[in-house]
Amino acid sequence: MTEIVLKKVYKAFDSVEVLHGIDLQVQSGQFVVFVGPSGCGKSTLLRIIAGLEEVTSGAVEIEGEVVNNVAASERGLAMVFQSYALYPHMTVYQNMAFGLENSRMSRGEINQRVFKAAEMLQITDYLKRHPKALSGGQRQRVAIGRAIVREPKAFLFDEPLSNLDAELRVTMRKELAALHANIGGTMIYVTHDQTEAMTLADQIVVLNQGRVEQAGPPLELYNTPKNLFVAGFIGSPQMNIVQAQLARQSEQWILKAGQTKITIKSLTNLVEGENCSFGIRPEHIKLANVEEADASVVVELTEQLGGETYIYCRSEDLGAFNVHQPGQIPVKPGELLHLNFDHSNLHLFDEEGKVLANGL
Amino acid sequence: MADSTSLPDRIWQFLTLRRGGKRWHWTDLFTYGYLGLGIFLMFGPVVWLVLSSFKTPAGLLEFPPTWAPLGQVVVEVEGYEKQLPMYRVTMQDGSTKDLAQIRRIGIISQMVDPAEPSTKFKIPIKQREPIREFRMAWENYLDPLERFNFLSYLTNSVIVTTLATLITLLINSMAAFGLSIYEFKGRNAVMLFVIGTLMIPITVILVPVYLVVTELGMVNSLWAVILPGAATPTGVFLLRQYMLTIPKDLIEASRMDKATEWQVYWRVVLPLAMPAIAVLAIFSIMWRWNEFLWPLIVLNRSEVYTLQVGLNAFQGELDVQWHYILAMTVVTLIPVVVVFAFLQKFITTGIASSGMK
Repeated sequence: MTEIVLKKVYKAFDSVEVLHGIDLQVQSGQFVVFVGPSGCGKSTLLRIIAGLEEVTSGAVEIEGEVVNNVAASERGLAMVFQSYALYPHMTVYQNMAFGLENSRMSRGEINQRVFKAAEMLQITDYLKRHPKALSGGQRQRVAIGRAIVREPKAFLFDEPLSNLDAELRVTMRKELAALHANIGGTMIYVTHDQTEAMTLADQIVVLNQGRVEQAGPPLELYNTPKNLFVAGFIGSPQMNIVQAQLARQSEQWILKAGQTKITIKSLTNLVEGENCSFGIRPEHIKLANVEEADASVVVELTEQLGGETYIYCRSEDLGAFNVHQPGQIPVKPGELLHLNFDHSNLHLFDEEGKVLANGL
Repeated sequence: MADSTSLPDRIWQFLTLRRGGKRWHWTDLFTYGYLGLGIFLMFGPVVWLVLSSFKTPAGLLEFPPTWAPLGQVVVEVEGYEKQLPMYRVTMQDGSTKDLAQIRRIGIISQMVDPAEPSTKFKIPIKQREPIREFRMAWENYLDPLERFNFLSYLTNSVIVTTLATLITLLINSMAAFGLSIYEFKGRNAVMLFVIGTLMIPITVILVPVYLVVTELGMVNSLWAVILPGAATPTGVFLLRQYMLTIPKDLIEASRMDKATEWQVYWRVVLPLAMPAIAVLAIFSIMWRWNEFLWPLIVLNRSEVYTLQVGLNAFQGELDVQWHYILAMTVVTLIPVVVVFAFLQKFITTGIASSGMK
């Protein structure tokens, strides 16, 4: 079992700083997902852990040992690349055996491990083929198999599913989850797809512009985002974010966005007249009648999926505003909708985007 | 069905392929003409060389030249030790007779009828014409192989070519690996420096290199030919440019797979660079096999001659034995042609699929 700790990791390419002091603890046996928009430094961070990239300052510890000066080949980690990086001149078997041969394992042991992994991944039939004769999904399995046979201290995945089509991605996602349950190693997984992050992770680390925005279990990030970025990034469709102002009206705190006024419960850290923003997820909104409504919007477009309905609305006060409802909702573009927000799922952020309250 | 047609039919079909349509278009004719010209330009000299190599010395000097190797018919005549050449003679009465020439004195030729060796004729040389037949002068090939130290030269050439090519491939690919896979300051400067050496012609460095070789005591040893040219800027450049196209992920993947740098080079980069290696191998073999000036300078004893230097022996100051030179040139061409035939498919092999989309 392997614990990986990053301490104040900085990374700069020439004069461009891409990681600004990352502190992170990956616990043994956990499936940790680094997620963030492209260019946020998540792949660089993974490559630093792998040893393919050097840190500018800070420390990387694997099993309590600082590995800053340990070469990638000596760190005992295995990595699955976005491009799979299968050796084109070797058969599937040779691809999987390569790492074991390098650690001078006996033929019998290599054989046994390769066949075991091949069986687990259902690629036994392709062992004699070359990578170019495989489909994307099969190559992906071989790449994972190549990592598994090594029995590494930890697995590193660099956007492994992004080259697959949507359907296969879902299948492979499930298989990866099953794999983790099965072999139970420490896994670090990089993706820009928040759905992958939500479905796979024990811990999600949201990165943005070289900083950790928030780290925690998926639902914690979903329910109690620490800032606007995480609120907007986690969850699909995105949370509705509305610019507003804090005001007091007859002993009660209200959120004022244009003519729309939403009464909220009193909190200690509120300052009257301050600009703020509040967020509400499309699924935490109910259709209501005028008296109960927090806000009103005009329907622009609806997507009826049968089991659920997405309603894309707009209003002068709230801007673009999306509503997600279960079942089939017969609304038409141009129609006025009155919405009631679930206040326990209303998020309030200050001017800098830090959360003031999750649930109002 | 295409399968049921016989091979000659199919070859004919292939050779008369048209752009489409039933009639010959001028572009078809133009294309065939152009291709024909190409074939003539490429193969004409080779065919001429091979045909000429079977001609006798006299046949070679003949003007106008003949295409096919023709030899004068010779016969044994009773009472004469040597074989006598046959001529067709126009007699004074206008009839023609086949006679053998005993000797020629000025413009008169003394001749004899092989059927009746007792009677002799005196014929002006204008009235006789050599009788010739198609004859391959195999002796052009056999004589040098026996008299001339061909096998020893061949062995030397093979040793030089093989060893030099192996060394060239090894050290050039190592240099290319360093200059393509590693990123370090001054990498491009080093590369420019390597390419820059291309601007120095061999004639300029002939003397200094000779001094070095002498100092190392390698004169008259094959190493003197093998070592100096082993590192070629062209080879480094060729391999390096190819290695730059190998996806970086593969190198990193092999490092993650606990491969040492040697294993990265030997088991991943080298096999993937095979097409470029093959091209360099062909070049190197051709360069080394055909190398002349440098071996001529450093090899002074006949035991260490390579073929090209050995061939030079036929070319004296006063007398050039063209028939031997041509025949031996054909022989020396064969290995290069064979190598090219086997390796040329690598030249066209594109980048091996890297398993990437």
